[in-house]
Amino acid sequence: MPEALSAPLVVEFPFTRSLGPVQSAFLTGLRERTVLGVRTAGGKVLVPPVEYDPVTAEEIRELTEVAATGTVTTWAWNPAPRPAQPLATPFAWVLVRLDGADTALLHALAAPGPETVRTGMRVRIRWAAERTGAITDIACFEPYDGEETGRPAPHDGVFTDPVTGIVTPARLDYRYTPGRAQSAYLDALSRQRIVGERCPSCHKVYVPPRGACPTCGVATTERVEVGPRGTVTTFCIVNIKAKNLDMDVPYVYAHIALDGADLALHARIGGIPYDQVRMGLRVEPVWTEGGRHPDHYRPTGEPDADYDAYKELL
Amino acid sequence: MSEEPVAVVGIGQTKHVSARRDVSIAGLVREAAVRALEDAALTWADIDAVVIGKAPDFFEGLMMPELYLADALGAVGKPMLRVHTAGSVGGSTALVAANLVSARVHRTVLTLAFEKQSESNAMWGLSLPIPFQQPLLAGAGGFFAPHVRAYMRRTGAPDTVGSLVAYKDRRNALKNPYAHIHDPDITLEKVRSAPMLWDPIRYSETCPSSDGACAMILTDRAGAARSPHPPAWVHGGAMRSEPTLFAGKDFVSPRAGRDCAADVYRQAGIGDPRREIDAVEMYVPFSWYEPMWLENLGFADEGEGWKLTESGVTELDGDLPVNPSGGVLSTNPIGASGMIRFAEAALQVRGQAGEHQVPGARKALGHAYGGGAQFFSMWLVGAEPPTR
Repeated sequence: MPEALSAPLVVEFPFTRSLGPVQSAFLTGLRERTVLGVRTAGGKVLVPPVEYDPVTAEEIRELTEVAATGTVTTWAWNPAPRPAQPLATPFAWVLVRLDGADTALLHALAAPGPETVRTGMRVRIRWAAERTGAITDIACFEPYDGEETGRPAPHDGVFTDPVTGIVTPARLDYRYTPGRAQSAYLDALSRQRIVGERCPSCHKVYVPPRGACPTCGVATTERVEVGPRGTVTTFCIVNIKAKNLDMDVPYVYAHIALDGADLALHARIGGIPYDQVRMGLRVEPVWTEGGRHPDHYRPTGEPDADYDAYKELL
Repeated sequence: MSEEPVAVVGIGQTKHVSARRDVSIAGLVREAAVRALEDAALTWADIDAVVIGKAPDFFEGLMMPELYLADALGAVGKPMLRVHTAGSVGGSTALVAANLVSARVHRTVLTLAFEKQSESNAMWGLSLPIPFQQPLLAGAGGFFAPHVRAYMRRTGAPDTVGSLVAYKDRRNALKNPYAHIHDPDITLEKVRSAPMLWDPIRYSETCPSSDGACAMILTDRAGAARSPHPPAWVHGGAMRSEPTLFAGKDFVSPRAGRDCAADVYRQAGIGDPRREIDAVEMYVPFSWYEPMWLENLGFADEGEGWKLTESGVTELDGDLPVNPSGGVLSTNPIGASGMIRFAEAALQVRGQAGEHQVPGARKALGHAYGGGAQFFSMWLVGAEPPTR
């Protein structure tokens, strides 16, 4: 039996976010070295700010400026920073209650070692040299030898050229393991053979196999070679060029019931003008050197299959 | 002990548009929720629990909306939970909320679904680069187009039926102030001359990408008695699932959809849906799904659905209006689209659908589907409380 396959799967998208009035003022403020919070109807100053009161659910729009200095309310040492964390050398994650605020902000504290960090220590913002209107405009916090100062002051939140949206790249690193059945299927494909599995209960042949019958819920183990010829059961003509696909349009995306299989697989049709592809067309795979899958399927030249022969597979 | 009857007493939607750059996601959901509270004349304090739904995580990259949106939705100190069922999620979310009331777990529940497609990546979220698989297609249209072709072959429907649906839904949308696509110059000719994207699906016969949210307040009999406006009553609700692919799957008329509809009709005491139901809001992201679902939901015999569309039965002034709101073809914030169907059905039986009101509607069906035509959720609402 071939070894089960495994490969990295990276999912990465640059999501955009509209900020709305409160986060827009907060992030634009950071760009201008101004830290803004919101004042709730109950008189609490929340930094970082939120749009809706966490206690009463009322909308909050009253902005207030707090100091760039504050007090650590709790912390955790991070001995091994990971990529994209605020500092490349070991640092402390800290919750900092800025002077004038009633809540604490999560950020990084630059410190030589955990023995130099304590709850209650005084810190101040170290601003990034280049600021764009993002939480990273605060490069980190650093120790600060000064008393608590300043009262929160009302702020209108108005800045020239406000930041209204940000891009938040999201990336997830997975390892994808298709499992025994798919690995065996792929192994057979590499020898230009198409091998499915038959359900021991309903006797349907699954191609590609998934190791279990989704209808009966039992494992499938009996290998069955199918095709290589098959019938186009249905299809569409794709006219949109997809960014992630190296395929010229128009092309035909078809469902093909291989001879001996009980459900259709999906593939591209070639070797025939796209507007002559039809339901019932008999096709066979076209293999390319080193390809993991047939590149496409082409007409065999046989007469078309009768509709009755494949209508149950639609 | 019998089930508690469930009433819809508040409905709120945002004006659906292609991009709401002026609000955060929190601001967007808040807008719909506040409108639903106002409709019900209730405040945050009257809400006992919040049930929220959204599209799959990769679409927006917003993984835990129930955490991020708790303060915007007044959920502090209350149960809040999230429902996932791909495109049908808006319907499933409403049904989970309805079940909480019907089981007397909570008396008054806020249920809400949303999507900011302008900030999401639905196309790529559906087409992840899975190792060892052959990339063939991107997006939903190519997935569904072969099934539309199969429907046309199976029924012999003329290839003009899809354009009739799109033309009808876009005209209905003109009567719905919340609908996304408002094209006053729409003509049948315009629909038919649009390019084929995934032949047999034309650009004009596909749904748009929308930003929007929809909220409903569901409550018990006592809550309904205090409602300032007539409630809509839930007469039946059901969900069904099946795998995306299996030997014997009928993509044209999935069994899960048929079974789901049958369950709803049984609960609601509906023997002949075609005669007893006055309006339908069904999930039609591609025009041809109207005739397909007309058959799947039992409004027409197999092979006959397209004839209802072609003969004008599903027009706003026909005797079975389908998607008087303009439907998914006119408004598609994916995560919210199912709930909008449910809410629009409720608006019809409350007599509050405004210009797109079906006169005298007493019973209406809301329908949603999702995934690879594998998740179905439906409810039947009526102007009168259920008697069974």
